[in-house]
Amino acid sequence: MSQSDARIVIVGAGHAGGSAAAFLRQYGWKGPITLVGEEPIAPYQRPPLSKAWLKGEADAASLALRPDSFYPSSDIALRLATSAVGIDREARAVALSSGETLAYDHLILALGSRARKLSLPGLSLAGVLELRTVAEADQLKAALGPGKRLAVIGGGYIGLEAAASARALGAEAVVIERESRVLARVACPELSAFFQDYHRAKGVEIVVGAAIEALEGVDGHVTGVRLSDGRLIGCDAVLVGVGAAANEELARDAGLACNGGIVVDLAARTADPLIHAIGDCTHRPLPLYESMGRLESVPNALEQAKQAAADLCGRAPPTPEVPWFWSDQYDLRLQIAGLPLGAAETVLRGDPAAAQFAIFHLDADERLLAVEAINATPEFMGGRIMIGKRKKIPGKKLRDMSLSMRDLAA
Amino acid sequence: MSNMPKVTYIEYNDTAHEVEVPLGLSVMRGAIDNNVPGIDADCGGECACATCHVYIEPEWQDKIGVPEPGSQEASMLSFAAVTQPNSRLSCQLQMREDLDGLVVRMPEGQH
Repeated sequence: MSQSDARIVIVGAGHAGGSAAAFLRQYGWKGPITLVGEEPIAPYQRPPLSKAWLKGEADAASLALRPDSFYPSSDIALRLATSAVGIDREARAVALSSGETLAYDHLILALGSRARKLSLPGLSLAGVLELRTVAEADQLKAALGPGKRLAVIGGGYIGLEAAASARALGAEAVVIERESRVLARVACPELSAFFQDYHRAKGVEIVVGAAIEALEGVDGHVTGVRLSDGRLIGCDAVLVGVGAAANEELARDAGLACNGGIVVDLAARTADPLIHAIGDCTHRPLPLYESMGRLESVPNALEQAKQAAADLCGRAPPTPEVPWFWSDQYDLRLQIAGLPLGAAETVLRGDPAAAQFAIFHLDADERLLAVEAINATPEFMGGRIMIGKRKKIPGKKLRDMSLSMRDLAA
Repeated sequence: MSNMPKVTYIEYNDTAHEVEVPLGLSVMRGAIDNNVPGIDADCGGECACATCHVYIEPEWQDKIGVPEPGSQEASMLSFAAVTQPNSRLSCQLQMREDLDGLVVRMPEGQH
């Protein structure tokens, strides 16, 4: 079979799946491409949902990954409002929720992740929301405004961004976190303290170390969050943002190895030579850290989309990237490069009181592993370069503001 | 005949792509919307990643200008591996009528 006959089916039309389809065409793939997505709209960017979209500063066209006209003009068949319900690897076919089956020669799984569920009384009350899709963002937006009060369960990035957007819309916001600090899983204690102070100064109430007993409501609509110490936090809506879990079931049921994500290599290949997996749903190599893990980020989705497309088109694999993330809250831009896996030393550069600083994480050999930068682009960019080079650098140099990041990274 | 302004994007391997970019849209978005290879735009145009780096062709440099000193764009560009005096981040360039015909070149890679 020549490539021009080979059919690629991509299951999942998020940032990873949509980008894979586009990269395949950029790299010259000639065969049919079908993109299957659960949501009723073409691939779009999720990061603005908790920020610009929520605040009404973005429109549907700017949210879209590519314009609607791109798909027909690139000969990419979109199967929207459709989910895959099973993979028959022997027959090389995907069963769809519509009852049809789609035959493939190559399959790309871009299944994404889903919001982790809490187990609490009252979760089914109206006004209890999640934030992963544009439909959910619209529900949240409708619940915000002057005089409204939003309770956010979970002090992660989504929760904090939503709280900041709620404030911008004139609503009150309370963040309820189980751990002793916000961002407990994803940032260092110093950064958590900074964000807590900043949000409090913007009028957000932050409750840490909180155990939730139940969500309470009147006439089927949520009115408050009851803590186990008896306190009731009144609210008009609840946003649950307590992390994400990989959508790996389809792969696992098909016999592919999963470990909190579909196991892939650096070409995004699963153990089945006909199946790649990309994005939030994968458990992937982290070559800079001699480790494996799951990365929930747009840069990761794009990197793996390129890996899979390059592998299928017979191109050289893309250079492995330093993982990175960003978050915008109020006038703060947080940029993180690298992962603090095996960090032994933390170095502060700059002034948190001026909201412009960075926290570097070094291992025991003074090798730079990660940087968390607030309004500090040179520290982020320079740090990213040094992490990629596995550069060793003494903490006292990083701390020294008289040394430029450009020179340090050179 | 369409009156929409056009931008030509030239890949590192010299392949040229002439596409229409509506007024007000960024030069980055014009590339993304037309699936022009060579502009990654990881962050979607937030000036957070420096993966939409382009070189402005000399005849357009006066009109386009340089990044504002001290801006996020200037700061990010100063760390790009292959920066030239005519480097810009294309997410920061909004399409205007007087930019009709703009030509930009892409670096070898964005990462």
